Amino acid sequence: MLEVTNLKAYYGGIQALKGVNLSIKEGGIVTIIGANGAGKTTLLKSISGLIRSKEGRIVFQDQEITKFLPRQIVSLGIALAPEGRQVFASLSVEDNLNLGAYLYYRRKNRSKIRTLKEEVFELFPVLKERLSQLAGTLSGGEQQMLSIARAMMVRPKLLILDEPSMGLAPLFVLEIFKVLERLNQRGTTILLVEQNARAALRVAQYGYVLETGIVILEGQAHKLLVNEKIKKAYLGD
Amino acid sequence: MENYGLINQLAQYLITGITVGSIYAIVGIGFNIIYNATEIINFAQGEFVMLGGLVMVTLVHTVHLPMPLAFLITIAIVTLVGLLMERLAIFPLKETSVMRLVIMTIALSILIKGLAMFVWGKNSFALKPFSGDTPLSLLGASIVPQTLWIIGITVLLVVLLSLFFGRTIIGKAMSACADNLEAASLVGINAQRMVMLSFMLSAGLGAVAGMIITPMALMEYDRGAMLALKGFGACILGGLGNFYGAVVAGILLGLIESYGAGLISSGYKDALALGALLLVLFIKPSGLLGSAEASKLKKF
Ligand SMILES: Nc1ncnc2c1ncn2[C@@H]1O[C@H](COP(=O)(O)OP(=O)(O)OP(=O)(O)O)[C@@H](O)[C@H]1O
Ligand SMILES: [Mg+2]
Repeated sequence: MLEVTNLKAYYGGIQALKGVNLSIKEGGIVTIIGANGAGKTTLLKSISGLIRSKEGRIVFQDQEITKFLPRQIVSLGIALAPEGRQVFASLSVEDNLNLGAYLYYRRKNRSKIRTLKEEVFELFPVLKERLSQLAGTLSGGEQQMLSIARAMMVRPKLLILDEPSMGLAPLFVLEIFKVLERLNQRGTTILLVEQNARAALRVAQYGYVLETGIVILEGQAHKLLVNEKIKKAYLGD
Repeated sequence: MENYGLINQLAQYLITGITVGSIYAIVGIGFNIIYNATEIINFAQGEFVMLGGLVMVTLVHTVHLPMPLAFLITIAIVTLVGLLMERLAIFPLKETSVMRLVIMTIALSILIKGLAMFVWGKNSFALKPFSGDTPLSLLGASIVPQTLWIIGITVLLVVLLSLFFGRTIIGKAMSACADNLEAASLVGINAQRMVMLSFMLSAGLGAVAGMIITPMALMEYDRGAMLALKGFGACILGGLGNFYGAVVAGILLGLIESYGAGLISSGYKDALALGALLLVLFIKPSGLLGSAEASKLKKF
């Protein structure tokens, strides 16, 4: 579904990705783990088109999207829930969700938007209670949920999440992972970046380990979970 | 009899204040629209008003177009100026800091003023009122009909704009760009187009302000800077980025000026308005209707 080949990305003179290869098959959950500063966010931003300064090849469903703009990429069905609660703070929860479905508004598909909202409320009932509250006044955890919900409003084929559990209480983290599994069962392919490597590897089928801009290890998630090196470096055993 | 005359005069000042204040309010809203989409303070905002007035004068008195048609064509022309300004001067610099872009708008205002002097010369121009100039009497004060046009059109603009920003997805998308540009592009919003739209909208608004004020106050090539200053005052006083704030503060400034000029001396009216502005900013730096929370996030 998504093929990333030899991807390099730069911030000015600094090279943050040094030739990353990644392959995601339709229907699964894939996770990327790695230490702070490894380049995980950079990789996700490159795929979504937010980072323009890059080399290599990104192909989505047989179409090369390396040079596409974020809005072109999202319209192909790749949605990113970015790192750190990037909600539209001065707008209401409802407007945030509506803007998630911006492309459907452009296509005047109102009934689609209604069904999408119902689905989102089913997964995040809190949001329904807070529809008219300004997003900037939500609690951190609620903002995180809104940010994920907004990406779901795109009804993407591939949903990319950058540390969705960040700042959430343990119970909420479990909740989010359940939501992701449910979404996946309904047919959404998921690419997940997580600090909580154990939880991520449990829910995923396949995993990549990123270190200073390159993939140093990849494999089936259940095998990575018992890999000695990973246990030491990322699972705290 | 003495008392009656005073009340008459106070009513007259009230009306003058609201009229002038309406113009400041529209200019203030123009500042806010661009600021909200880009964080740029567009100091060429006053030039849109000046152009609106002068283009209208030419279309009505030289080309002899009927007023409603001239009104629409003027909006179209000035909106186009706003669009060109964004495309030619702001967009090419998009990688640079907001501060540089603000300075760019100052340069543009000087350029537009120069071009206007070249086209219209240094004279002041009059425009005939929209519906005659037989005064009406209200509360003992006499009102020229143009006053009602100004107040009515201001109210209409405020209603239309709040519907646009409050109810339409495009309006929401513009606010979203201001909040978080990256997140906006991730949901498929074309941020560049929103910036373009904000300049066009502000320019069109400015044009309307220029057309409705010219029958009462004349217009000349170098009026823009003064109008921008007062409108900017309204926008800061009301809370930068806050729509209704600009309206309240614009009218307040107009009233202070009008009562100041009438009751004290016309020489003091600008000083009084500025004094009020400073006083509010000392007491409440985020402006009358601005929230302290929001102003923490602002660049200016
Ligand atoms: N805007 C930027 N300008 C310069 N360097 C940057 C920028 N953003 C990230 N970097 C650098 O690029 C490298 C990779 O950063 P990235 O954010 O991708 O890491 P990450 O794996 O997501 O880390 P974390 O787990 O902390 O989120 C880091 O060394 C970081 O300092
Ligand atoms: Mg990161």
